[in-house]
Amino acid sequence: MSGALAELYQQLIIEHSRSPRNQRAVAGANRTAEGINPLCGDQITLQLRVEGDRVADVGFEGSGCAISKASASLMTGAVLGKTLAEADALFEQFHQMVTSRADAPVSDAALGKLAALAGVRAFPARVKCASLAWHTLHAALAGGGAVSTESATE
Amino acid sequence: MLDATRVREDFPILATGSDGRRLIYLDNAATTQKPRRVIDAVRQYYESSNANVHRGAYALAVRATELYEAARERVAGFVGAWGPESVVFTRGTTEAINLVATSWGRAHVRAGDSVVVTAMDHHSNLIPWQLLCREREATLRMVGVTPEGAIDQDDLRSALARGPRLVAFPFVSNALGTINPAAELVRMAHEVGAAVLIDGAQAAPHLPVDLQALDCDFFAFSGHKMLGPMGSGGLVAKPALLDAMPPYQGGGEMIAQVWDDRATWNRIPHKFEAGTPNVAAAVGLMAAMDYLDGLGRGAVAAHESALARGAIDRLGELDGVRVFGPRGDRSGVVSFVFGGIHPHDLATIVDQDGVCIRAGHHCAQPLMRRLGVPATARASFYVYNDVSDIDVLIGALRKAAALFRVSV
Ligand SMILES: Cc1ncc(COP(=O)(O)O)c(C=O)c1O
Repeated sequence: MSGALAELYQQLIIEHSRSPRNQRAVAGANRTAEGINPLCGDQITLQLRVEGDRVADVGFEGSGCAISKASASLMTGAVLGKTLAEADALFEQFHQMVTSRADAPVSDAALGKLAALAGVRAFPARVKCASLAWHTLHAALAGGGAVSTESATE
Repeated sequence: MLDATRVREDFPILATGSDGRRLIYLDNAATTQKPRRVIDAVRQYYESSNANVHRGAYALAVRATELYEAARERVAGFVGAWGPESVVFTRGTTEAINLVATSWGRAHVRAGDSVVVTAMDHHSNLIPWQLLCREREATLRMVGVTPEGAIDQDDLRSALARGPRLVAFPFVSNALGTINPAAELVRMAHEVGAAVLIDGAQAAPHLPVDLQALDCDFFAFSGHKMLGPMGSGGLVAKPALLDAMPPYQGGGEMIAQVWDDRATWNRIPHKFEAGTPNVAAAVGLMAAMDYLDGLGRGAVAAHESALARGAIDRLGELDGVRVFGPRGDRSGVVSFVFGGIHPHDLATIVDQDGVCIRAGHHCAQPLMRRLGVPATARASFYVYNDVSDIDVLIGALRKAAALFRVSV
């Protein structure tokens, strides 16, 4: 197996894709958004319960590839309990990581487990799979609705 | 079977690389690779015959026009059309169907009418009819698909009972590999007075097609799926229908006389070819049809169908494979899911072994919903594939299983 493929499908990613965390509806959710990737049919519904300026609970439902599921699992774990500003900062950092060059250094300190998804950079066709959950989070926090990796939705 | 090793020598992109590997291209339902003969025809056209068509009085323009019209005649012969005037060149299937939905559709479909499509239609044979029916306040009726991947005949009969204006269906399904009984479907639709459009995108490349015998009204196809250049393809229609249809796009070439506030139309098929056409693509398509006839179209169909059956048998050796579509007679398209591994992950992983397969909804979301899967993996075979390609695919799938720790 190639190094890039092993990097993409590393242990942590496979594990999160097979037993995703926070794959459930959220009781008392007050923010929600749906994200779709029309090119491949990945679909995620994200629910959050925001209390004050904190993410008190977050969960996702939907279907997708291993990368999009693992990313949703890791994302929900990362933002749970964070302030909205912190969640937004993570979104920015994650976005920067997956859109950087494949050989650019990755800051483990800022990203923690999320750094495991840096492997998608060697697979441009899969970057959208990794970022779908994050764009959906961004939409939910910005007021909800629907996002699409191909922008225009009806 | 065709001698695929020999065939591959005609396709530069499939040559073995310096690393001893070659491309295992199994996404032929999306587009096919091009033989040297087609690439050369396009190059030669630009090197020695390029001029705008139907306009110049000089010899070069005459030559370009003759080539373009020869390609039209070649298409007519290739699909058994009613004559060259029944062939309108378009960018491909999608544009051909949009032409019919817009021009014929607006002239014939009124409020309360119905248009019939099937649940196995490609989005390009669905959305144009959705748009038309919305605009006209007509009903779009989608006929179901049986668990074996055939058009549900009972459901079709009930849809026909309503007396639809038009019935549209794919000759061959790009997502299931089903070969529909086109002649019989045409007859059923005509019995209730409906016009018939056949999406031939997956038929023209793979089966002998005789439109006069089929008796359909409209037939759409894409040249790039049959070894021809991107941007080649067309609508083939009964001349009397084309003659009565209003223009689709306006511009040069499609007119007879123009005044300040009105115009009259050129004769068919030129009435439907506004603007400068893709002459090089038509010339390349002609070379592609020559190449396919050289192989023999019956031989092509038999080759693909043998590979598809072989692939289905080999996939059956793996635990946890579900193959969609008919078991018996089928085209070279094999759609499957495997071991709970998402098709996208499969496609990325087998790509590491040089295997190109498609993952996704194959532009058939209503069908995916009925199959109960968000996506499938799809291997589709053509003239340059052989059983060694299937071996590599199966080997690559085993690697994917190992990576995801799925037991096979
Ligand atoms: C059955 C079918 N119809 C229509 C199309 C659309 O063809 P094109 O994109 O060449 O217009 C395709 C190809 O994707 C197809 O497989």
